[in-house]
Amino acid sequence: MVIENYDPLKGQMLQVLDAEGNLAQGFDGVLKNDDVLKLYQVMTLSRMTDKKALAMQRQGRLITYIPQSGQEAAAAASVYALTFEDWIVPAFREMAGWLLRGAKLKDVFLYLRGNEQGSKNMPKLRMTPLCVPIGSQIPHGVGISWAQKLKGENSITIVYFGDGATSEGEFHEAMNFGGVFKTPTIFFCMNNQWAISLPRSLQTSSKTLAQKAVAYGFPGVLVDGNDIFAVYLATKEAAERARQGKGPTMIEAYTYRQGPHTTADDPRKYRSTEEEEKWLCKDPVSRVRKFLEKRDLWDDKKQAALEAECDKIIEEAVAEAEKTSYIPEDIFKYHYAEMPQELQEQFEYFKSTLGGQHG
Amino acid sequence: MAKLTMVQALNQAMDQVLAKDKRALILGEDVGVDGGVFRVTDGLIKKYPNQVFDTPLSESAIVGASIGLAINGLKPIAEIQFMGFYLPAFNQIVAHLARYRNRTRGTVNLPVVIRIPCHGGIRALEHHSEATEALLAQIPGLTVVMPSTPYDAKGLLIASVNHGDPVMFLEPIKVYRSIKEEVPEEMYEVPIGKANIIQEGTDMTVITWGSYIKDVMEAVKDAPYSIELIDLRTISPLDNETILASAQKTGRVLIIQEAPKTCSISSELSSRIHEKCYLSLKAPVKRLTGYDITMPLPAGEELYLVNKPRIHRAMKELMEF
Repeated sequence: MVIENYDPLKGQMLQVLDAEGNLAQGFDGVLKNDDVLKLYQVMTLSRMTDKKALAMQRQGRLITYIPQSGQEAAAAASVYALTFEDWIVPAFREMAGWLLRGAKLKDVFLYLRGNEQGSKNMPKLRMTPLCVPIGSQIPHGVGISWAQKLKGENSITIVYFGDGATSEGEFHEAMNFGGVFKTPTIFFCMNNQWAISLPRSLQTSSKTLAQKAVAYGFPGVLVDGNDIFAVYLATKEAAERARQGKGPTMIEAYTYRQGPHTTADDPRKYRSTEEEEKWLCKDPVSRVRKFLEKRDLWDDKKQAALEAECDKIIEEAVAEAEKTSYIPEDIFKYHYAEMPQELQEQFEYFKSTLGGQHG
Repeated sequence: MAKLTMVQALNQAMDQVLAKDKRALILGEDVGVDGGVFRVTDGLIKKYPNQVFDTPLSESAIVGASIGLAINGLKPIAEIQFMGFYLPAFNQIVAHLARYRNRTRGTVNLPVVIRIPCHGGIRALEHHSEATEALLAQIPGLTVVMPSTPYDAKGLLIASVNHGDPVMFLEPIKVYRSIKEEVPEEMYEVPIGKANIIQEGTDMTVITWGSYIKDVMEAVKDAPYSIELIDLRTISPLDNETILASAQKTGRVLIIQEAPKTCSISSELSSRIHEKCYLSLKAPVKRLTGYDITMPLPAGEELYLVNKPRIHRAMKELMEF
């Protein structure tokens, strides 16, 4: 196992692909060229979705948007290391991973337009819906993977959360459960350096977040989260450990939230443009492009073709989401398998208020 | 007198509290450098660097540590970012914050104010539009306050800080910037536990609070009845005196609330009115509430919230009972 060589207590970080797109020696076989191309495509789709969504939000066509830029490598390469049998428990900034799993961009837009229908198809993809209360999904990841173990399945679960979530009680309780019940779980921490306005340095006095795993009795590894090779390798190894019954692993993906927390947030209040520019040099998407170009696998023409293809996918998804109407009755129908009598009465009144009849 | 929004009025109140009492302090997520996600604490960390603290993302520790700070003589004003996010701290609120005075038979009181932006109407993401004041009002030992105007917000916040016991201070997000009114520069208190009769009337009493006040006032203005409109201002303890006197006077009561109907503040109000004013009532108390469903995501939010036609329909049904 490569990840065993990186001690989180010493702050050692696994990095394979540097910011200039150079691959460290001995790691050539980690991802084949085709794998890298697939990852680059989905990362580009996610990046371009961000641009479109931000424009739509400004036009009032989305309620609030949660920018994904900067974290595409961590999201995509971690999911790429799993099989379709494995469960994914997202937080809300792993879009490239959801798309790889097969989530429809239309559904993502539906959710972001404030329509519950956007969360309908995710469980069929062995993926839970986006989770807004910070860290509250981490115990779910433990429970799903515990069930995998109890049912004797060979699958595992990856649960995503941010640096801020490591301050919530549910993170610690879930990590402890995972350790005690030796669940096949990957605790995947997207350390994007900021929890809205709070920098990572003020979130915890721990040198790394990965080292928190040590206290719960299982390995933690710090990886360059903007490096698809490092993220893929660490996730693959953590998944193997889990499948072999050796229990959980925590992965800290060291990355950066390039945009605001949401479109309701203004980073100028709390961080410098210098810092943002410094991180742009480590951008995960252009890093893969540099790698591909160095190997003559990519050029401007291919880039233009990919962007045109992504544009088409995005435009179609937006059009589909925008023409999907909100079904008023749905707000009542799904709270219980059978509607209780009191709710049924409220539903009858509700229907009498629809269609402009109100009074 | 300056015209302020609720955000500005609350900011001014906290500015004055921190200046006057060095034991007062502010803690919460993004309340310092960022000035709070709604900018309610904007600029305060610069003026009071030893009294304003950005905390880690830990609601339970924010409330739990506030309890400890108060036990040891300080006066924390904690912010929970949205009403959907106080639940990790619920154990601290129920098990300790509300109980300390009783547990120590009066030896330890906790002058803790927990500020929580609440309610819907701003098309926010999931868990950002909750109306769970009834959960808090059911806990013995807690005082639950919800201002509906900038003037009340400042006066109630100062009263809450001076209250001496824990106050859940609920701030309707929808009102934060939608109303400007004259707010005195000096410190003043709006008494906790006193409802506000916004206007007097004889046909019916309408009771509401928080985010609905503005919409209900407009509906009242257009209604063909003489309406007595009451803003609760304090959810717990309820102002029995004002509420029951009005119910006795008009004989008809309409309660309008954003939260779901079952086991809600409207249930309690209705029960008290029926218990104490039965012989004065011309009709059973009427409730226009949220449905017993999860607050829909923004595309469905308008379907959940009350509107003028529904208010008028409820008034008519009450009058024609």
